[in-house]
Amino acid sequence: MNKTNSRRNFLRMAGLTVTSSGIAASTAFLSSCNRIEAVDGEKIKLLTSSGELVEVDRTSLTPAEIPSLTENQKRGRSGLPGRKWVMVIDLARCRNARKCMEACQAHHQLRPEQHHMNVLQMKDAENTAPYYMPKPCMHCDNPPCTKVCPVNATFKREDGIVLIDNERCIGCRFCIAACPYSARVFNWLEPRDSDKYVGVTYNIEANVPQKKGTISKCLFSADRLRDGKLPSCVSACPNSVYWFGDQNEDAVTNGTTGETVSFSNLIRDNAGYTLLEELGTKPRVYYLPPKGRAFPYQGDVHTS
Amino acid sequence: MIQKKSPEEARKSFDLIFHDLTRSLRVKDELSRFWLFILIMFCIVGVWAWGYQIKEGLGITGMRDYVSWGMYISNFVFFVAVSLIGLLISSIMHLLKIHWAQPISRVAEQVAIAAVGLAGLIIVMDMGRPDRFLNVFLHGRFASPIIWDVTVITTYLFISLLLFYLPLIPDLALMRDRLKGKIPEIQYKIYKILAIGYRGNAQQFKIIYHSLRTLMLLIIPVGLAIHTVTSWLFAATLRPGWDTTIFGPYFVAGAFVAGTAAVIQVMYVYRVRYKLKNYFNDEVFDRMGKTLVFVCLVYLYFNINEFLVPGYKMKTAEGIHLTELFIGKSAPIFWFTQIGGLVLPILLLLVRYFRKPFPLTVIALVTLVASWFKRYIIVVPTLEHPFLPIQNVPEHFAHYSPTNPEITITLFAFFAALLIVTALAKLFPVITIWEYAEHHGVDKKIMFNEYEN
Repeated sequence: MNKTNSRRNFLRMAGLTVTSSGIAASTAFLSSCNRIEAVDGEKIKLLTSSGELVEVDRTSLTPAEIPSLTENQKRGRSGLPGRKWVMVIDLARCRNARKCMEACQAHHQLRPEQHHMNVLQMKDAENTAPYYMPKPCMHCDNPPCTKVCPVNATFKREDGIVLIDNERCIGCRFCIAACPYSARVFNWLEPRDSDKYVGVTYNIEANVPQKKGTISKCLFSADRLRDGKLPSCVSACPNSVYWFGDQNEDAVTNGTTGETVSFSNLIRDNAGYTLLEELGTKPRVYYLPPKGRAFPYQGDVHTS
Repeated sequence: MIQKKSPEEARKSFDLIFHDLTRSLRVKDELSRFWLFILIMFCIVGVWAWGYQIKEGLGITGMRDYVSWGMYISNFVFFVAVSLIGLLISSIMHLLKIHWAQPISRVAEQVAIAAVGLAGLIIVMDMGRPDRFLNVFLHGRFASPIIWDVTVITTYLFISLLLFYLPLIPDLALMRDRLKGKIPEIQYKIYKILAIGYRGNAQQFKIIYHSLRTLMLLIIPVGLAIHTVTSWLFAATLRPGWDTTIFGPYFVAGAFVAGTAAVIQVMYVYRVRYKLKNYFNDEVFDRMGKTLVFVCLVYLYFNINEFLVPGYKMKTAEGIHLTELFIGKSAPIFWFTQIGGLVLPILLLLVRYFRKPFPLTVIALVTLVASWFKRYIIVVPTLEHPFLPIQNVPEHFAHYSPTNPEITITLFAFFAALLIVTALAKLFPVITIWEYAEHHGVDKKIMFNEYEN
């Protein structure tokens, strides 16, 4: 009891100091919103990071370590040291299961029409068979989008990920105009389930909670990478389409089978390529050509 | 042109000029009130619509993830374009000593101030988070063309305000000295404060003259910069239709067309409303008509370059865009901007009759409307054709059509601009009195004689 009290006092003192310093005032307020208030024996509804609503008994709750907003933004800007993330998408294997899209939308609090990951129906020429092409953000090494941002709200990290700070974004949408891959989405209206996210500290690496009037896009699930997990889409795929890994290690892991192979061999042996290479954006997402399109192709093809 | 007059003659002629040119300050009839009422009502409706947009989000507009810039950005580019006329008439034509343009330099500045001020406001109205506007200054990243645009547009606004104010100082002094008791006390006070103790002596005039010369030179690079940088907002991207190197001069040339057409409208209204037939006379309209032909020819040249060269090659992505413009969904607007905004004024205004005030004003109005749609045709169709297909989104994402609140906010900009021009015309003479009088043989000593002895 005494111990709790002294800790409380300490926290109160620390809180006061932080508040009086003025700069971090908003941070203190936002982290206080994360504390869970409950009566004994009560079940509490919680929203998991994958967007599921679960019930947990109050007694089994322990305070999670949530970095403060400023700390979050700071580490979110620098990225994971020594890494160079890279994704390989095997078009020969995609069967339009769309599990990647579902997992992504759940993870990043996206409305049904908002896609960080979008499986497109492609048809390259009149006489070739159509195929499915999952399209995330290319995380370009020469990103046209970060160049044009007037407030540095979107930026290229050390580990290759192009991220967004929606606490800073002014909503000018210049990055949407600049992106040749149509990878960016805007929160034109109130984000999905925004009432459920009230008071949740902004996690820059998942871009959650989404905010009305700001930009969002694929982040390679940077929050999951920090926890040593593969991105949501990669893990969710049932058809072994995605390979993900670190270019510095020259290794990529398949999200479905868990198999790890050499990145450069994979690209070389399968004639890997990048999208709209001629634009010079230097994508970090590679495609393996849709060879042996054996599966029946369903649905109409729209290639407008 | 300038013939010396005897002091008696000069004094009489100056009294007449002063009387005519201050008429706009005295006209307070039903029509003025009605006009002001209309403008203010529409402005209030516009601001209300903006409030609604802030509350609900930009989702109330027709813009979506693919066509993410629409009417607002078109309108922004249009207003930046119109504002460039201040540079052409009150700086370049002044420096080149083109005397017929002298009476319209203040009209040009009025239009420039209203347009550039509104351009700044429109861009804030287009933002998803206008509450974070200050981030532009707090976290400004100088590599972004938006920051260049903010910098030069602010600079241009201030120089334009100074170019409006400096030549106004002697006029304010004249009004302060001649209108005491004839105008409301508050209006008189405004003139007195703004005249900052100008007495019409040679030294004071010299300061104004030199400051004006400096500003007229300074505004040339700034003016060219505002529209060049605005064009780079598009040219800095990789999209077909925007990814071209001639956008800078192409936009500047187009700006002179829009601005000239806008000034002709305002001139005509002043001529009729304030009975200034002898000031905005047939000759001035005739010359403005010729100016419009000239700037249209320059713009036509850039249009030929912009559309004929890629149209000759029809590269894949470029080809889709151009087909859409030439014979596709955007064709009616495209051909209206080319014919109504370029071919028509060039051909018609070669005939002397059409350069008379009324026909010229009508033709210039068509050109002005075409100029607005020209910006729309530059902004929207390009966004409707991204490199990768538009899929898995609702049908309306692929085609932009503006919504009612969006149109209301766009109209707001026009009414607010007209309100600024009207307010400036009601407060200050629409022609620089002292300069005009001097050109018509009245010595400055005579204008200010009462205070020099």
